[in-house]
Amino acid sequence: MMNSLNLYKYASPATFYDLAGRMIPWFYAAAALLGVAGLYIGFFLAPTDFQQSEAYRIIFIHVPASWMSMFIYVVMAIWAAIGLAFNTRLSFMMASALAPTGAMLTFVALWTGALWGRPTWGAWWVWDARLTSELILFFLYVGFMALQAAIDDPRRADRAGALIALVGVVNVPIIYFSVRWWNTLHQGASVSVSKAPSMASIMLAGMLVMAIAVWMYAIAAALSRVRSIILERERNSQWVAQLLEGKA
Amino acid sequence: MSMLQTVLALLRRELTLAMRRRGDVLTVLFFFVIVASLFPLGVGPDAKLLRLMGGGVVWVAALLAAMLSLGRLFANDYADGTLEQLVLSPAPPVVWITGKILAHWLVSGVPLILMAPVLGVQYGLSSEALGVLVFSLLLGTPVLSLIGAVGAALTLGLRGGGVLVSLLVLPLYIPVLIFGAGAVDGAMAGLGAEAHLSLLGSILILAFLLTPWAVSAALRISIE
Repeated sequence: MMNSLNLYKYASPATFYDLAGRMIPWFYAAAALLGVAGLYIGFFLAPTDFQQSEAYRIIFIHVPASWMSMFIYVVMAIWAAIGLAFNTRLSFMMASALAPTGAMLTFVALWTGALWGRPTWGAWWVWDARLTSELILFFLYVGFMALQAAIDDPRRADRAGALIALVGVVNVPIIYFSVRWWNTLHQGASVSVSKAPSMASIMLAGMLVMAIAVWMYAIAAALSRVRSIILERERNSQWVAQLLEGKA
Repeated sequence: MSMLQTVLALLRRELTLAMRRRGDVLTVLFFFVIVASLFPLGVGPDAKLLRLMGGGVVWVAALLAAMLSLGRLFANDYADGTLEQLVLSPAPPVVWITGKILAHWLVSGVPLILMAPVLGVQYGLSSEALGVLVFSLLLGTPVLSLIGAVGAALTLGLRGGGVLVSLLVLPLYIPVLIFGAGAVDGAMAGLGAEAHLSLLGSILILAFLLTPWAVSAALRISIE
């Protein structure tokens, strides 16, 4: 009973603002430490790949970014569903705070993919199933953010955004499989990312450390953003006035 | 009123309105024709290339035309207050929403299906591929109206609603485009179109079952 009461306490933006403020430095610190460790493993300890030489090392950024870009969309949809089901304002704020980070990571994944594809496949872009569905994921993020930006009433913006996030997450598997079948029918198996040679364990370790680093960064960035959103939404409330007076 | 009566009453109203404003229907139809005619001008008159592209081009044009017609779905009723009355009416929202989407498809989807063979002939599609094109549009255009209705309901009364709806809806249209154009390609290549058409049919059933609920939720969000 005590436990659940405590959890409900943090559904209030005022208390969560404080909690998030205390958590952010820890997540940023974890992201920085793991990022340095992961990059060190990736660039100094991991051996050179005999097929792709040094170019493969971009996967230490590319793979974590694309994993997180997909994961964040699902988390966003879960917050949206919680918000619609329990009518909690903070859940909607979390969903909108996650979107820019997700979109940024999707973009990073596409960009680093192009940089890797040029020396490896000889082309900046191929219409591979994974590339294409990542691109569509980017469009879904942009649509979510554009819809929220176009609505002035925050209550409507929250709910409309939540609904489109849920519609999007239902569609993601359909889009993914349609793109995969489209791809196999159109161009055969000229390029295959899925049949990558098995990876040395040191490479895998570097990639996993980097993935956790990106995860920590995403949490920290989303929490800082949600703090700004809380301040903006609650600017007329008493606790924000007190907070700002205390600082001034 | 029974559910069927509700749908029929709404259908009669929507079709009467469409007949009074024939220009709206024709604009979308001509947009479809113009977009499809622009491609040969852009890529050149090579008959072989055009035959390869034909199915995809007609489908892309249909996607854009369907998206363009979404503004009509709820916007006029929203502006004159009819939509509010519909929301307040005792009929279950899913029923009248299905009726409205059905009417939208009859007015903006069916003309595209009727016009598509003409465009297909321009691209030199075989007669079998023309049949598949029409059939794939028959299965696919209702999905465009169904998914589009969610976008139209969410962007109701927003500034820049038209551009915004394209951003929301076009990525969701991609599976329909892939299977629709894939069916025509399959027929042209002699591989058969059954697999693509079956998938298109299953998407239609799924969309028919799920989207009216999403539209109903979206309208509640937009109107309150």
